[in-house]
Amino acid sequence: MPGPIQSIQRAAEVLKLLAHGGAHQLSVGEISRALDLAKPTVHGILRTLQEVGFVEQEVEGGKYRLGAALFQIGTSYLDGNELRAKALNWSDTLAMRAREAVRIGVMHGKHVLVVHHVFRPDNSRQALDTGALLPWHATALGKVLVAFGEWPDGELQRFTRHTLTDDALHTQLNDVRDRDWAYDLHELVAGEASVAAPIRDKRGVVVGAVGISGPVERLCESPDQPPRLELVSYVREAARSVSRELGGLSW
Amino acid sequence: MSYIAAIDQGTTSSRCIVFDQSGGIVSVAQREHRQIFPKPGWVEHDATEIWTNVQAVVRDALAKASLTHADIAAFGITNQRETTVVWDRRTGEPVHNAIVWQDTRTDALIKQLGDQDRFRERSGLPLATYFSGPKLRWLLDNVEGLRAKAERGEVLFGTMDTWLIWNLTGRHVTDVTNASRTMLMNLETLDWDPEPVSAMDVPLAMLPEIRSSSEVYGTYEGVPVASALGDQQAALFGQTCFTPGEGKCTYGTGAFLLINTGDQPVRSQNGLLTTVGYKIGDEPAAYALEGAVAVTGALVQWFRDKVGLISSAAEIETLARTVDDNGGAYFVPAFSGLFAPHWRSDARGVIAGLTGYISRGHLARAVLEASAWQTREVVDAMNADSGVDLTTLRVDGGMTANNLLMQFLSDVLDVPVVRPIVAETTCLGAAYAAGLAVGYWPSIEALKANWHKAAEWEPSMDPAARDKGYRKWKKAVERTVGWMDEDDD
Repeated sequence: MPGPIQSIQRAAEVLKLLAHGGAHQLSVGEISRALDLAKPTVHGILRTLQEVGFVEQEVEGGKYRLGAALFQIGTSYLDGNELRAKALNWSDTLAMRAREAVRIGVMHGKHVLVVHHVFRPDNSRQALDTGALLPWHATALGKVLVAFGEWPDGELQRFTRHTLTDDALHTQLNDVRDRDWAYDLHELVAGEASVAAPIRDKRGVVVGAVGISGPVERLCESPDQPPRLELVSYVREAARSVSRELGGLSW
Repeated sequence: MSYIAAIDQGTTSSRCIVFDQSGGIVSVAQREHRQIFPKPGWVEHDATEIWTNVQAVVRDALAKASLTHADIAAFGITNQRETTVVWDRRTGEPVHNAIVWQDTRTDALIKQLGDQDRFRERSGLPLATYFSGPKLRWLLDNVEGLRAKAERGEVLFGTMDTWLIWNLTGRHVTDVTNASRTMLMNLETLDWDPEPVSAMDVPLAMLPEIRSSSEVYGTYEGVPVASALGDQQAALFGQTCFTPGEGKCTYGTGAFLLINTGDQPVRSQNGLLTTVGYKIGDEPAAYALEGAVAVTGALVQWFRDKVGLISSAAEIETLARTVDDNGGAYFVPAFSGLFAPHWRSDARGVIAGLTGYISRGHLARAVLEASAWQTREVVDAMNADSGVDLTTLRVDGGMTANNLLMQFLSDVLDVPVVRPIVAETTCLGAAYAAGLAVGYWPSIEALKANWHKAAEWEPSMDPAARDKGYRKWKKAVERTVGWMDEDDD
């Protein structure tokens, strides 16, 4: 692995300095004195940051401040705890209708992070697995998140003989984008299935996925059939309700 | 298919939730109303604004699910308790802003009325600014000409249930649970008690008729209005705590632990309130012991709105998880004095244990932990009163979405904490009581079958750490009392 890249470190220092200044804007000279860097170096960094929209100047040749693009990045991040709070009612209702456990996931590096878990409503002993990481390629939650996001690097582990290969996954993710929901069948654990649908924020960006999981005999008509459409409709309705809660849908 | 619509007139907002027969949520609408702070310690609401919002959320909730009034089998009502409003019988106009339960303006009046336990035997409550009776007395003393109008029967008193039912149906009634929070109702007779009524100098003509919690009071747009329960009693009902010994703790603006004590009121020796749990139609009333904590979720809101370190309530968990512990800081949010089990109106908030080491992450932890330690205090009181230790805590309310808090709560109580599958138990309880009244649900047994565990947190804290934390918490609490002086407003 290569070491830290000095120019990125310096760019980050410049951004932090501008952020601390708040409404107070800074000149090239002020930044160069504060960070003990040569003026041409600071100027080069600012020019590059300006091109990507991370810093702005009010007038040509004037002082610098943080740019609008930076705030867009900052606000597109949805806090997992916020997502759980917004989803609470709808994940509960999904668990009641489907009579299965519900999980809400977001991508965390190469894995699906479980940000919310509702027990299967049968009062049996179950352990809360909020905070657990799931493989994306063998779960309905992960397939939804990757279908509408980026394909993470790395080897895809085979968990069962049904776990999909790269090629099969690529084809299936196209279907997921068309249908707007995903499932897994024996792919993580033989005899288990899952269904999930995307949660969108107010810009239509997929910020999470909500889904159910359980034994194939309860979720599917037969062991080699996709999950029952009634369950799919409950999952999609829950996803729409959470999206509405996030301002992602007006209907 | 028909549905039940529950109206929850809360402290910060009014909501309408439509439920189906399984207790599942079909739609939700919500509108916040203004918090009016005329002076430190004073909190008011505009009752007219609230009525406008209630009509709007009912309309919105039906529209979101493409329903009309014809699809609704009944409306149920639950409400912020003790908040007091007086209005003109003829015009329907409030004569003053509603005085909110958190308001402490009656502090001096409470002292004049005498010993804290003066009405405890009759009403189940200690003399405190919290309850409606003293707030009504303040209005009668301070709104010009009000007493004369009250004596002539021209103005009406109500808690928020009464205000809504009067606007919805035209009837002037309250339910036993709301009436049990006025200090004016006798717990045995379930009727207005002449002694506190005359001690607070309240004309009887302005008081509503006391009815059960589950019956048809009237109709709105052709739909029966069929339940009224104070919010905490509604949550008890929604958690289906119908058997003596069953209880729950709801985390909203404050936290409220209620345990069903059956058909007999139990008097507390440890600072808990005796209150009516619910009364279904002509059946005997079920009583409850209550541990009321004034500020839990309100502290998180304060941290968001007044300190600004977070932009949403849920983000406090994210901030709190940036550190491993509270760094030694304890936050006692005695913003309107301390409620159970202390009942000290002269207390004010304290952050104790501050050092240069404390970061905003530690403060976020201390804010969350305050809810858990305050619960520990009322659970200890409940255990002492009942002689039986709590074995599991059933929780509900919006703050149960906070996993860090729920785990810490389990840790400091040293019992499992369980959340049911509908966290909105307040609305669910109002829906259940209304549905029972109109035959939408056949029996309380049918409601019990709807209760399911949605999450469970197990204690995992080292006992020595728990004991030390509790010791520090108690020391921090000691530092809040006696802050207010005679010349403070």
